[in-house]
Amino acid sequence: MAKKPISFMLNGHKVETLVEPRELLIHVIREQLNQTGSHIGCETSHCGACTVDLNGRSVKSCTVLAVQAEGGTVMTVEGLPKNGALHPLQEAFTQEHGLQCGYCTPGMLVRAYRFLQENPNPTEEQIRFGMSGNLCRCTGYMNIVKAVQSAAKKMQAAGGK
Amino acid sequence: MATTAEAVEREQKLQGVGCSRRRKEDARFIQGKGTYVDDIKLPGMLFGSIVRSPYAHARIKSINKAKALAVPGVVAVLTADDLKPVNLHWMPTLGGDVQAVLADKKVCFQLQEVAMVLATDRYAAADGVAQVEVEYEELPAIVDPHKSMAPGAPIIREDIAEKKEVGHGPRTHPNHIFTWEAGDKAGTDAVFAKAAVTVREEILNPRVHPCPMETCGCVASFDKVTGQLTVYLTSQAPHLVRTVVAMLSGIPESKIRLVGGDIGGGFGNKVPVYPGYVVAIVASIVTGLPIKWIESRIENLSTTGFARDYHGIGELAADKDGRIQALRFSALADHGAFNSHVSATKFPAGLFSICTGSYAIPKAYCRVDAVYTNKAPGGVAYRCSLRVTEAVYLIERMIDILAQKLNIDKAEIRRRNFVKAEQFPYTTSLGWTLDSGNYHAALDKVLKAVNYDALRKEQAEKRAKGELMGIGISTFTEIVGAGPNKVCDILGIALFDSCDIRINPTGSAIARLGTMSQGQGHATTYAQIIATELGLSSDEIQIEEGDTDKAPYGAGTWGSRSTPVGGAAAAVAARKIKAKAQKIAAHLLEVAEGDLEWDVDRFKVKGNPSQAKTMKEIAMAAHTSNVPDGMEKGLEASEYYDPPNMTFPFGAYVCVVDIDRYTGETKVRRFYALDDCGTRINPMIIEGQIHGGLTEAFAVAMGQALPFDESGNHLGNSLMDYFVPTAVETPKWETDFTVTPSPHHPIGAKGVAESPHVGGIPCFSNAVIDAFAHLGVTHIDMPHTAYSVWKTIHKLGLDKHP
Repeated sequence: MAKKPISFMLNGHKVETLVEPRELLIHVIREQLNQTGSHIGCETSHCGACTVDLNGRSVKSCTVLAVQAEGGTVMTVEGLPKNGALHPLQEAFTQEHGLQCGYCTPGMLVRAYRFLQENPNPTEEQIRFGMSGNLCRCTGYMNIVKAVQSAAKKMQAAGGK
Repeated sequence: MATTAEAVEREQKLQGVGCSRRRKEDARFIQGKGTYVDDIKLPGMLFGSIVRSPYAHARIKSINKAKALAVPGVVAVLTADDLKPVNLHWMPTLGGDVQAVLADKKVCFQLQEVAMVLATDRYAAADGVAQVEVEYEELPAIVDPHKSMAPGAPIIREDIAEKKEVGHGPRTHPNHIFTWEAGDKAGTDAVFAKAAVTVREEILNPRVHPCPMETCGCVASFDKVTGQLTVYLTSQAPHLVRTVVAMLSGIPESKIRLVGGDIGGGFGNKVPVYPGYVVAIVASIVTGLPIKWIESRIENLSTTGFARDYHGIGELAADKDGRIQALRFSALADHGAFNSHVSATKFPAGLFSICTGSYAIPKAYCRVDAVYTNKAPGGVAYRCSLRVTEAVYLIERMIDILAQKLNIDKAEIRRRNFVKAEQFPYTTSLGWTLDSGNYHAALDKVLKAVNYDALRKEQAEKRAKGELMGIGISTFTEIVGAGPNKVCDILGIALFDSCDIRINPTGSAIARLGTMSQGQGHATTYAQIIATELGLSSDEIQIEEGDTDKAPYGAGTWGSRSTPVGGAAAAVAARKIKAKAQKIAAHLLEVAEGDLEWDVDRFKVKGNPSQAKTMKEIAMAAHTSNVPDGMEKGLEASEYYDPPNMTFPFGAYVCVVDIDRYTGETKVRRFYALDDCGTRINPMIIEGQIHGGLTEAFAVAMGQALPFDESGNHLGNSLMDYFVPTAVETPKWETDFTVTPSPHHPIGAKGVAESPHVGGIPCFSNAVIDAFAHLGVTHIDMPHTAYSVWKTIHKLGLDKHP
């Protein structure tokens, strides 16, 4: 199948690659651009392991075509740390024991990042609803909710960053 | 135990047993730097994708590869005929049967593996799969296990139709796998015949799937020059898989390296050896190229490692006060088309005979009949020890049914039947010796915490108003840590586990174990055990598992065996090192060994504590010439631990539900879980395991099932249909604990991760059914979806608006 050049910003860097029009964003990010933090759990948009941030929205990259990212801005878990420092969400997930096998974690973190941009001071119920597109089989979510709450507080204290 | 403030401070710095320290494995996971199997990319790697049967039962008339081979990027198409020359078209299963690696003339379940397309990438492989032409002749399928052994039933397994047994005793029908029984049948029948009260109920544990977030897969890489085979794969038991691969392939086991890497959850799904692994390995051996095979979610739910499918009948006999005199349980087990269930060889029905639960029951008999059906093979232990959920579910449901029949409170009937604290160790009528327990104390603590009496009062008031509120209790005993080597083996290999510890000159350490973490936090908890034993900081103790070239042989992580067996091996290996360290300390301090005592992280001279040598100092000395005459250098030890008994974690749970009488929607108002796993290594990790186990119990009880139509077609095998709870549905958990150490485990620990699943499922069911108990309802099968609960409501006429 004829390949098409595409270009987008990935974690702050411009990337250029050739893709088949049918290729999914998750495969291009993982297999061509070698950012393997985002995972594949279901290929049907249900589990959220492949969640990435595309143009300021959370998307399930297993059901987004790579060509749809053309000219856009993509962030994965690899883009969360700033200036070598972990993001408050990354710190909070480990502090609150919000992960076990780690497979859902990158998608959870990237979703939580966008969620807190949308709602910097959420209630527990809002967190549960806002994170409900991301499945976890290990934690039972309580500590994930705690981690998001704790990160929200820290980010608020630091001026919402 | 540290006694002075200074010693306590030193002890805290170790972050050893009892410390809720952060997990050592988290750093890579929160930064997307884990190494899961699909992250492995090797030069020249091909991608394998499987052609699967659309029919549950059919003959294969022909397979035409031509069109597929013409697809750009497709390199090869492998079928059973291609595997025959190397005799790998069939493989032995862990259940003593054989399983088709690729279908040999016939398919026996829907989506069975028929061919593998190898291509340069996953898209080309999928294109190739679509172009493989297979001609089938459909045969009548058996879906209901009750029909498997009917006279004239279609024969599912023609390959073994004439065989008198498949590993577990005589067969009575071509679709019969085994019949297993335990206990005193005649004695039990005699008690039932004259009992004051008997109860009987048919109770299903439906077919479900562990559904870990990461599906199964592998990357097989055979080097034709060196003859070395490396396989990265999702396995909870990499050493056992290596042995199986050696047996199958004829490659010397020393030239096979299995790498577990990071595993995205297992929950039992990743114990067996699957056809996809075997085809990928063969393809790599034949082509000399690395082959990646990764399941899709639909393939995962449809074909690898289902759990349960036990169609049970429970019976209890009791006196008029509800004291159980005898138990009679049976189950019809649907194992699918091949007997690839996971169990210790001598326990074809797993540890089902733990079904007497937490209760002193003088007579018991149980029996399991396993049959073939045209469904995917399996019978793995989904977050439980082998067939323990099935057993515990039966007893915890039956004791409620007995309570209802006698109109005795459901907490009180448990108290009347518990094994008493002073009776431990207690040998059950089915032969297990429960090592320790304190059931009355656990239940009383929970009832007080939830104010049980007030809940029952509230329930009575609600019932008077026509509202539906249920209170579920579960007081379970698990059996984990397989197991004592005299009785526990798989393929003849005893179920020991191992630990190999090396102390470096500067006092840090590396320990390697035969278990395999899938999220349990072994890198943290094993380091904590060794930290406390040796007085070294857990931060400086590196744990490695899962790479068979590095780790000592072990049976892996399943059935909560890591802490009971692997953790014990770690403690014993550390004690061997400590014994040598004491000799070195005595030499350095010029005193007799007996003049020394251990103090957190050092040996000190009795009566003269300023004379001491820390473990770090001893580690350095062990690598110098300053050791006792004739002593070997170095400070290391290994242990292959054979547990003297299983461990028996227990718990007491209470669940409160409110049910909408018009929609059947069930809201879990409260779930209070007290677990006793003996010595607690890392309370934070324990709590995390309990949250996860309860959530998986909630999923099973309230929504999970793998349904089929009468032709054997899947009716729900994607995450669109299969229930995995989100943060919205998942209840909030309250946890509590008591500590009753195991008397035979080196540090008194028992294992914890599966208890909440095993104990949680009956607790949810008991709560839902309790909401209808006053209306004469004794049992409703899982899953308790809103529709299922509404059907009960509707039948009772409760949904009529006033």
